[in-house]
Amino acid sequence: MTMQPSCPSPILQHETVQMAHGAGGRLSQELTARVFMPHLHNPVLDRLDDQARFEAEPGRIAFTTDTYVVTPVFFPGGNIGDLAVNGTVNDLAVGGAVPRYLSAGFVLEEGLSLADLERIVESMADAAHKAGVVIACGDTKVVQKGQCDRIFINTSGVGFIPPGRDVSCRNLRPGDAVLLSGTIGDHGMAILTTREGLSFQSRISSDSASLNGMITDLLEAAPNLHAMRDPTRGGVAATLNELAVSSSVGIELDESAIPVREPVRGAAELLGIDPLTVANEGKVLVVLPAAEAGAALAVMRAHEYGKEAAVIGKVVEEHPGMVVMRTPFGSRRIVEMPLGEQLPRIC
Amino acid sequence: MKFIDEYRDPACARALLDRIRQVARHDWTIMEICGGQTHSILRNGIDQLLPSNVQLVHGPGCPVCVTPLETIDRALCIAAMPDTILTSFGDMLRVPGSGKDLFMARSEGADVRIVFSPLEALQIARDNPGKEVVFLAVGFETTAPANAMAVHQAAREGLGNFSELVSQVMVPPAMRAILSSPDNRVQGFLAAGHVCAVMGYEEYEPVAAEFGVPVVPTGFEPVDLLDGILKVLEMLEAGGATASGVVNAYGRVVSREGNPQARRVMQEVFEVADRPWRGIGVIPQSGLVLRPEYARFDAEKRFDVGHIAPQESPLCRSGEVLQGHLKPSDCPAFGRECTPQNPLGATMVSSEGACAAYYRYHRNSL
Repeated sequence: MTMQPSCPSPILQHETVQMAHGAGGRLSQELTARVFMPHLHNPVLDRLDDQARFEAEPGRIAFTTDTYVVTPVFFPGGNIGDLAVNGTVNDLAVGGAVPRYLSAGFVLEEGLSLADLERIVESMADAAHKAGVVIACGDTKVVQKGQCDRIFINTSGVGFIPPGRDVSCRNLRPGDAVLLSGTIGDHGMAILTTREGLSFQSRISSDSASLNGMITDLLEAAPNLHAMRDPTRGGVAATLNELAVSSSVGIELDESAIPVREPVRGAAELLGIDPLTVANEGKVLVVLPAAEAGAALAVMRAHEYGKEAAVIGKVVEEHPGMVVMRTPFGSRRIVEMPLGEQLPRIC
Repeated sequence: MKFIDEYRDPACARALLDRIRQVARHDWTIMEICGGQTHSILRNGIDQLLPSNVQLVHGPGCPVCVTPLETIDRALCIAAMPDTILTSFGDMLRVPGSGKDLFMARSEGADVRIVFSPLEALQIARDNPGKEVVFLAVGFETTAPANAMAVHQAAREGLGNFSELVSQVMVPPAMRAILSSPDNRVQGFLAAGHVCAVMGYEEYEPVAAEFGVPVVPTGFEPVDLLDGILKVLEMLEAGGATASGVVNAYGRVVSREGNPQARRVMQEVFEVADRPWRGIGVIPQSGLVLRPEYARFDAEKRFDVGHIAPQESPLCRSGEVLQGHLKPSDCPAFGRECTPQNPLGATMVSSEGACAAYYRYHRNSL
């Protein structure tokens, strides 16, 4: 029997993910062919071998992995798909690497709508395209309903660090300037306020974005740049504490210089949460010699994702391993490593 | 942010600090009642900006801190029961009971959910008719009206699967207990702005008169706090009759009679009773319990957990901290046996707890 164009496409018989979609049989092939490949296809992936193969580039290899388990899966400003690409691209870029190849491992919950899955895959493809990386290999497993929360995605990434480049969290020196590429807390507050169903949700959007483009320009403008980190979970507070400990230096921040969007400030006030501890997915903290701060700032501000970049503090010799905030009132306080889950206050 | 930024204005704060330096000629000890005020004072470093003859001591107004250990253990016991959903404000989940906290109970399979309001817990009860839904109703007069309203609504709807584990406390009896203590150092109070928003400030007039102290309802922003401190100092320095009474420094929120609707629903659902405070002990007539006609919504009775009465760590001196006798950093266990990761007492748990605030902002002298 020949397949007629009028025959219903088998995948359309299912509107949701079935256990068989992960069993390696015909339905698995269908899922790959109909949902994944149309969006993600590229010369490396199209070979459909058990491994991706590509040419190495000069310099060192950077390799990273991250697993994405966000609730809700769709949120203002993005979804788990673009997040999984942007997060891994940024983890490579902040090490001074040029991100090139990503893997994508999916754990799907039985019953996930295929339309939702396709939207997620499409967002991954768009994000990868925008970042100039390819999804080089992938895998899908399906688990029974209740065994995961709709969809989990793991992405690993490979990039290449050009010879001579040394960007590391151990490189901070007293006198360095600390720069931040824009407003803090947007991603975490977008998630939290959507999850909790608070009425101001629509005004806060995630900042999820790949920063490798801006970072390339930045490294050109500030070749002696010491360190970069993306302040994701735990926010700027956690990241700066890690940097201070890694380099055994102190960091001093200027509270009035840290950009926070009004709705984020409002939501944080209401929930009793410090925006400094809230996750970002499209921001980078940059530490470099003070002499290069001006050039770095100009390059960041010229870029789509760095318009609100600011110098927020400096590296000091005093209080090694500790981050201290200067308040607008002239007093100082310790910026602690956040403990864990953000807990809204009682009153 | 409107109505916030004005009260964080550095120029305004500096002007108030100048006035405070002019006014304060003697040594004074002032207590801010509310944990939210403590948090703001330390976050903004207000204590570092005050002249050295003005000391702030931190009061008992942190609901997480004063909720007795037995309440946590009772909540843990209820959470472990089958077909039960325990709901709570977020910061109660990390408060250690005798063995574990509610997060650990959740990881062991208990259905423990964070809610922002008891009315949300009520909705969970409507949505889960086959389960018992319990709300951990802790807090001061600020949380009492909403907690009362949830029970009131449940009664009106005839919702049989909702109950509250109540540990409500009130500020004025705690102030009396502090002022009556032979070791008392407190000479004036910043009253808790949000408590006063509900209750008004008339109930502080007899306390001020009886003990001859100034009581100033105060907000939470730096300018609010400095304004409240200045008003207390002006009264103390004036001496005589002026040094005793209530002056409102939070006029944009607080009135003399408070919020009559909120007070009405509190009175309808709750009645005054003796209440244990964590670290302090029982303070007479300092708490609220459900009235007999609402007894069927009392989780303590429904789940028969009233007999659970555990012992505190002997190292923890949070009671002295909560009464202003001991600075957190002077406690021998502070930062050693007791840290936010491994808290011995609740003052180290809540973001509003004095010990946690000290640990977070002033761990080492800067």
